[in-house]
Amino acid sequence: MKERLYELKQEALRRIDEAKDVKALNDVRVAYLGKKGPITEVLRGMGALPPEERPKLGALANEVRAAIQQALEAKQAKLEQEEVERKLAAEAIDVTLPGRPVSLGNPHPLTRVIEEIEDLFIGMGYTVAEGPEVETDYYNFEALNLPKGHPARDMQDSFYITEEILLRTHTSPMQARTMEKHRGRGPVKIICPGKVYRRDTDDATHSHQFTQIEGLVVDRNIRMSDLKGTLREFARKLFGEGRDIRFRPSFFPFTEPSVEVDVSCFRCEGRGCGVCKGTGWIEILGAGMVHPNVLEMAGFDSKTYTGFAFGMGPERIAMLKYGIDDIRHFYQNDLRFLRQFLRV
Amino acid sequence: MLVSYRWLSEYVDLTGVTAAELADRITKSGIEVERVEALDRGMNGVVIGHVLECEPHPNADKLRKCLVDLGEGEPVQIICGAPNVAKGQKVAVAKVGAVLPGNFKIKRAKLRGEESNGMICSLQELGVETKVVPKEYADGIFVFPSDAPVGADALEWLGLHDEVLELSLTPNRADCLSMIGVAYEVAAILGREVKLPKAAVKETNENVHDYISVRVEAPEDNPLYAGRIVKNVRIGPSPLWMQARLMAAGIRPHNNVVDITNYILLEYGQPLHAFDYDRLGSQEIVVRRAKAGETIVTLDDVERKLTEDHLVITNGREPVALAGVMGGANSEVRDDTKTVFIEAAYFTSPVIRQAVKDHGLRSEASTRFEKGIDPARTKEALERAAALMAEYAGGEVVGGVVEASVWREEPVAVTVTLERINGVLGTAMSKEEVAVILSNLQFPFTEDNGTFTIDVPSRRRDIAIEEDIIEEVARLYGYDRLPATLPVAEAKPGGLTPHQAKRRRVRRYLEGAGLFQAITYSLTSPDKAARFALETAELVRLALPMSEERSVLRQSLIPHLLEAASYNRARQVENVALYEIGSVYLSKGEGVQPAEKERLAGVLTGLWHAHLWQGEKKAVDFYVAKGILDGLFDLFGLAARIEYKPAKRADLHPGRTAEIALDGKVIGFVGQLHPAVQKEYDLKETYVFELALADLLNAESEAIRYEPIPRFPSVVRDIALVVDEMVEAGALKQAIAEAGKPLVKDVSLFDVYQGERLPAGKKSLAFSLRFYDPERTLTDEEVTAVYERVLAAVEQQFGAVLRG
Repeated sequence: MKERLYELKQEALRRIDEAKDVKALNDVRVAYLGKKGPITEVLRGMGALPPEERPKLGALANEVRAAIQQALEAKQAKLEQEEVERKLAAEAIDVTLPGRPVSLGNPHPLTRVIEEIEDLFIGMGYTVAEGPEVETDYYNFEALNLPKGHPARDMQDSFYITEEILLRTHTSPMQARTMEKHRGRGPVKIICPGKVYRRDTDDATHSHQFTQIEGLVVDRNIRMSDLKGTLREFARKLFGEGRDIRFRPSFFPFTEPSVEVDVSCFRCEGRGCGVCKGTGWIEILGAGMVHPNVLEMAGFDSKTYTGFAFGMGPERIAMLKYGIDDIRHFYQNDLRFLRQFLRV
Repeated sequence: MLVSYRWLSEYVDLTGVTAAELADRITKSGIEVERVEALDRGMNGVVIGHVLECEPHPNADKLRKCLVDLGEGEPVQIICGAPNVAKGQKVAVAKVGAVLPGNFKIKRAKLRGEESNGMICSLQELGVETKVVPKEYADGIFVFPSDAPVGADALEWLGLHDEVLELSLTPNRADCLSMIGVAYEVAAILGREVKLPKAAVKETNENVHDYISVRVEAPEDNPLYAGRIVKNVRIGPSPLWMQARLMAAGIRPHNNVVDITNYILLEYGQPLHAFDYDRLGSQEIVVRRAKAGETIVTLDDVERKLTEDHLVITNGREPVALAGVMGGANSEVRDDTKTVFIEAAYFTSPVIRQAVKDHGLRSEASTRFEKGIDPARTKEALERAAALMAEYAGGEVVGGVVEASVWREEPVAVTVTLERINGVLGTAMSKEEVAVILSNLQFPFTEDNGTFTIDVPSRRRDIAIEEDIIEEVARLYGYDRLPATLPVAEAKPGGLTPHQAKRRRVRRYLEGAGLFQAITYSLTSPDKAARFALETAELVRLALPMSEERSVLRQSLIPHLLEAASYNRARQVENVALYEIGSVYLSKGEGVQPAEKERLAGVLTGLWHAHLWQGEKKAVDFYVAKGILDGLFDLFGLAARIEYKPAKRADLHPGRTAEIALDGKVIGFVGQLHPAVQKEYDLKETYVFELALADLLNAESEAIRYEPIPRFPSVVRDIALVVDEMVEAGALKQAIAEAGKPLVKDVSLFDVYQGERLPAGKKSLAFSLRFYDPERTLTDEEVTAVYERVLAAVEQQFGAVLRG
């Protein structure tokens, strides 16, 4: 009987080894370990043995069972593992196929530039002031030291609605409006972005509608050197550390002294290239010390208060920054253009 | 202003300063030099030749065969095509080997079989612009005076070995519209002296008053009028050097008398006019406003209708000049003129500007009057002109000056302290430094303990207040020497207003949702202006539009967004999702500023979403547009207060449009374009929306308050209801939520069916209801009871029945 058990063991282990799938393995399990299986049958014939032999045989039978059981489990695990692998292999996909698109829009490039500049000045303690696009002649011109008949306010250059009302030609009216609100008391520290309009024929470099950003600081003891320091800080944040600025004397009716401000070329680092037309400098701002007439008209004592103002064109900055060649792109809203400003 | 370097050097010593360096220094000190141009442009080998013989070319009708003495070696044969070439002339000859502008190399050549050893040049061929070439030489070669030395450098004689600086003047620097003005500026920059021209007039014994009298009837327009008589002039060409200077400055030479007036205009900035005295038709000059209906034929042979807005010089009866702008043809200096009346006057800016505007005539003279001249130099300029006419036109100057003047030089004194200068600029200049700058400007001043009192010269009419002096000091001190500091002030935090911050959130949300920001024009045409508008008013119309297309202000953003969509579609960009935030303008009546209201609008067309290889493709529909807006309302915590009401609006699909109400007030709309409008814009199915942004951003919403996370399980029951097809899902949902209170927490629609399996005119709407009690786990019975209550309510209100 012993031999029979060894025989069974060998046979079962062989069949386990040969089993190709879980079902075949189950058949082996039922065939050898089932209640009607051969091992049970061997044990049933144990009665014919002398009593002292019986426990030995019983122990042997358990040993055989356990061995088979163990082999079955091992094989089972192996088969399952194989099956999982087969399944996973069948599930493989082409990871190079396109992903499900997340459609994102983006801000207009002008908004991008304007918000960047706003944030930069907000960081320096400025607030953002906005005002009407349809202005009175007073705020657009007179309060800015451009009395009626002044050569710089040619009727032909402005979109008038009536003699006293027009589309603002710059964002400067907000200077006068904001100062008036302060009732002669500083500090005033604002940045004013917005749309402006001029009677120009639209072409690659002109647009009858465009945007401006104006800045104004009025307080006791504001110096022209503060303007220089502020704009240098601005230029470095917008165009990169290492930028320098220079002032060139100029003339605006609402500032005195007045300057044009150049930034050292960010493309060639000042060596001279196409962007800066070989000069190493790019003109980006007009600025100056607020004219005493402007301060006085807005209710500030020009003996105690001084201030500086500056203005720039987001179109020009965007054109320089992104290499855009035609101002009309900003207003055509061609998606092939707009989409290019998605990236951070 | 075009400034000849060599001419300028007569007034200021320019030794050691090249034209390019000078340009740089001028630019840095305040006047932009746009360019520096070398007039000879690298030319060489052009000499003065003498045409010894000139005969027709044997083989060509239009060519001449000339024998020209070049002052060295044998005379050479040159073939010339100019119609005016003739024997005996002194001409400019580009010798073989010479290089002319445009890298044009002169070679020995054969022209129609005849040898040509060089080229006889026109001024244009030597790089002079046609518009300044004297008329008689405009179509041919230039002829030198007969005493020009043969073999000499022709370019030198033509003043072309010179450089011209083009100054771009700001309106305040009219003083630099003259060579003397520029000289003062350059002298200040270089710290050198100004040498003024001399004007010594030799007069005859006669008295000018026997020739002419002057009366000014409009002294406000003409505070100063002076004149002189020069008799026995011989009209002819002016000296070549003068012609050369005029051409370099952009003025065409005419004859000696006219050239002298222009020369003085350039030198002093004082426009002059020369009348033919014998043609004046009287012995008096009367300056007055024109009478309505009066006319004058100006020098350009145009008859001009005058009004009382214009100032004229008359002979007592009729106009002989449009004052300060252009002379009259009737009194023009001609070749046979013998006696000249020179006018030197100060006309004020407004009357001249009006004439320039009305007649579209801008001249060198009018430009100077418009910008303002220095009347203190008017008579000096007259003296100099008379002296030059005696010298170069053979004239005799009649004794005395006729004059009518109410003008009196008013001294301008400006006081400024050193402390103020340094305080405004942020510098630490010493009073000595300031004094040097003021001296270089040749501003007379006194200084007392750091207080400067400046006696401003009349040539600098732009200087009147202390800031003007500070600017002068700053620009000559050099802005590059200004330190860079930051304002020292109480630190106040900057930031956006809540409105601005929320508006940025709106932008970011819409962009995240897949829309691109557009910026379109505010000006539009009257037929588009009020289309789609949420609110309309009178159109705001420009007084002088450039075109009908941009003549009024918009009242809705949608028309231009549709144009943008159409523009894209025409360029094969089929899927368009744009939004814009911008103002619309509603008139509040004539003469007042219109109301400007911010709108948020969008346009959607084409595919909303596509993932083609997975077979996903979703075209834009009403619910895409609505979903975007729903998200926006959620973002601002307003979803529960928003209601969509079916609406009929012009240009929108009558069955696919909703007005959006916040707390019952309409704040916008969303809908499909009417098919007819789609066609008009060449668009396919297109959806638009527009909202009054302020209503959205100003709506108060509750602050975020934490709600406990559910501790007990909720129960979900679905309910499918069959209703009449006219029943609105929104109303039904509302009723379910109402009847289910308080246990029903969410009602969401998950299926809509209409079709064969239902009777005609019926539809089925299926909702999922979530029941929840924060205090405990609900029992089946409780849920069923509420469910039944909901069912009863919708049955009663809508005739809804459970779908079997």
